[in-house]
Amino acid sequence: MSNDTNSLLSVRGVHAAAGGKPILKGLDLEVKPGEVHAIMGPNGSGKSTLARVLTGHESAEVTAGEVLYKGQDLFELAPEERAREGMFLAFQYPVEIPGIANSTLLREGLNAIRDHRGESELDAIDFLQIARAKADILEMDHAMLSRAVNYGFSGGEKKRNEVLQMLVLEPTLAILDETDSGLDIDALKIVAKGVNALRAENRSFIVITHYQRLLDYIVPDVVHVLADGRIAKSGDKDLALELEAKGYAWLEEGANA
Amino acid sequence: MNAPEQIERTDKAALNPEIDDLTKRDYEWGFVTDIEQDSLPPGLDEGVIQFISAKKNEPEWMLEWRLKAYRHWLKMTEPTWALVDYPPIDYQAISYYAAPKSADDAPKSLDEVDPELLETYEKLGIPLEERAALAGVAVDAVFDSVSVATTFKDKLADLGIIFCSFSEAVQEHPELVKKYLGTVVPTTDNYFAALNSAVFSDGSFVFVPKGVRCPMELSTYFRINAANTGQFERTLIVAEEGAYVSYLEGCTAPMRDENQLHAAVVELVALDDAEIKYSTVQNWYPGDKDGKGGIYNFVTKRGACRGDRSKISWTQVETGSAITWKYPSCILQGDDSIGEFYSVALTNNRQQADTGTKMIHIGKNTRSTIISKGISAGHGQQTYRGAVKMLRGAENARNFSQCDSLLMGDKCGAHTFPYIDVKNPTAHLEHEASTSKIGEDQIFYLNQRGLDTEDAVNLIVNGFCKEVFRELPMEFAVEAQKLLSVSLEGAVG
Repeated sequence: MSNDTNSLLSVRGVHAAAGGKPILKGLDLEVKPGEVHAIMGPNGSGKSTLARVLTGHESAEVTAGEVLYKGQDLFELAPEERAREGMFLAFQYPVEIPGIANSTLLREGLNAIRDHRGESELDAIDFLQIARAKADILEMDHAMLSRAVNYGFSGGEKKRNEVLQMLVLEPTLAILDETDSGLDIDALKIVAKGVNALRAENRSFIVITHYQRLLDYIVPDVVHVLADGRIAKSGDKDLALELEAKGYAWLEEGANA
Repeated sequence: MNAPEQIERTDKAALNPEIDDLTKRDYEWGFVTDIEQDSLPPGLDEGVIQFISAKKNEPEWMLEWRLKAYRHWLKMTEPTWALVDYPPIDYQAISYYAAPKSADDAPKSLDEVDPELLETYEKLGIPLEERAALAGVAVDAVFDSVSVATTFKDKLADLGIIFCSFSEAVQEHPELVKKYLGTVVPTTDNYFAALNSAVFSDGSFVFVPKGVRCPMELSTYFRINAANTGQFERTLIVAEEGAYVSYLEGCTAPMRDENQLHAAVVELVALDDAEIKYSTVQNWYPGDKDGKGGIYNFVTKRGACRGDRSKISWTQVETGSAITWKYPSCILQGDDSIGEFYSVALTNNRQQADTGTKMIHIGKNTRSTIISKGISAGHGQQTYRGAVKMLRGAENARNFSQCDSLLMGDKCGAHTFPYIDVKNPTAHLEHEASTSKIGEDQIFYLNQRGLDTEDAVNLIVNGFCKEVFRELPMEFAVEAQKLLSVSLEGAVG
């Protein structure tokens, strides 16, 4: 693997189990800076387990393989250290935390990341200016900033709130786990607008989705199909269209042949 | 190495009460003559009470009051209804007048002190010179059951405010003490209050005359450090018509000690249009991780809103003690009077707390608010026990109660016992209760945003407690937050 040195993320032969059941079975993935990778695949193929492996959720037990992130062994880093190194997960099911204001969480998170980089902490006023500007991109009411984290939010508000956090924290590698599910077309466009606003040469995305629809708005560089814990096929954005038309069954036949 | 001594004490306590009676006279003589003596050996009888009273040069009526309480106490039995579990207390094994800690038993230097305790002092920012004393190291400065010197006394005196130790009040203002002492918590009220009335060591006295607003927060730090010494503080605060006072009690530093009984009584009296705000941060030594050591805190706190439109507000942050038994209450006697109770209680490791409040509505249009936040972690067990009573004459009385519990881990417990007794049909009560758990999902979510687990827990806990913290005076609120975070370290993850 001669091109590893310029990868942001190298996933090599990763096997992982969830609840004792093997889910990932030798997964390889190379993500270079600035790339947008879409990961599609049927239910149970391991998409969310991949997100958990990368972010360090304890429910995903890695049994073999390695992951290099920015050239370092990812498994050596605690979840918060990965976050401070610029890894961000937009959760499929964002967690409600009563009692903590959205803005408090964001400021604490941003300052933890800044502190890790050796930058000074932002005061409340500077922070609020940034947060409000980002909320505007997503057409979110500023009042959302003072509400408790995801508490009593509608499904769509929660997803939008994840993207708001991503905009504020400006990650190096953003993983979006089915951020499009449960969104109507208008909300989907707004979310895509947020992601596109963040696309940059030094920033990469892994977009996990069931539907090709999202990829009309967030155009990926590479599309992977995950089947039975492995990348079954990779291609350009047209692969997503093909999948939409044919479903996943033909791939599994092809893989087994 | 203390074991043989313990057995000896138990044997002594098992002595026949008649023999005890016979020996009493000698005992009495011995101590009454030897007034210079600084301490009493363990044991309790009328001679001990006479000794304490004589030591304080108390007038005859004060001694009589103590003895009456003691005689009643002898007829009482220790209450068992609280949801706490502890070995029987041997009341004859306690010394009822503070003895300076024996230099033989005390740690010789900070090197001999539990490193975890030292670490806690560090985290709380306790000044170096205070750490040794708090840890019980034998040093010159002994913080014992003698009240801390009262400050700003002259300034307060100009306004007619009296703020002094209870002993001093008995000497200087006997008419005030006589008028109010025991009128809110009678000597016969309960087992621990009766004991306190008999043997109370010292405490604080505050009197704010008619129409005066006390211009500063009055505070006192109660400190225990002599081993095996029962602590029996007595506090009385009186606010006359239209007066206002805010009183702070407590200390954020945990204090190292063997099991110690702490049975305080606090009485508050508010006349017409008066307001008393009483805030507590309690962090007695809770025992080690297995529950060894730690203080038993059995406290009776009660306020009487005697006058119309008077107001009494209790705010407490309870993080210490092995056992807490405490129900700051309000008797809402005056029409339109207001009672409030804001509480954060935390139990970690093997701590047990049974705490809550009583709001007794007697007057018309009386209102009460109860906000109770309980946090349990480790093997901690916590009970909220609250009573709201609305008597027949309490027209249009209102109460709002909110009891929330937060659980961390799966070995702790939270229990809620609200008692409601309404005798007037115009009464209006609301009760809300919730139990939530700090979930691993919540922690992971915050980890994923860059926060480490301890910061994540602190953020969640502070969010949970903020309705109570905002009732505390500013500097106390900051200390309380810090205290909670130190108390919860290692509780998750």
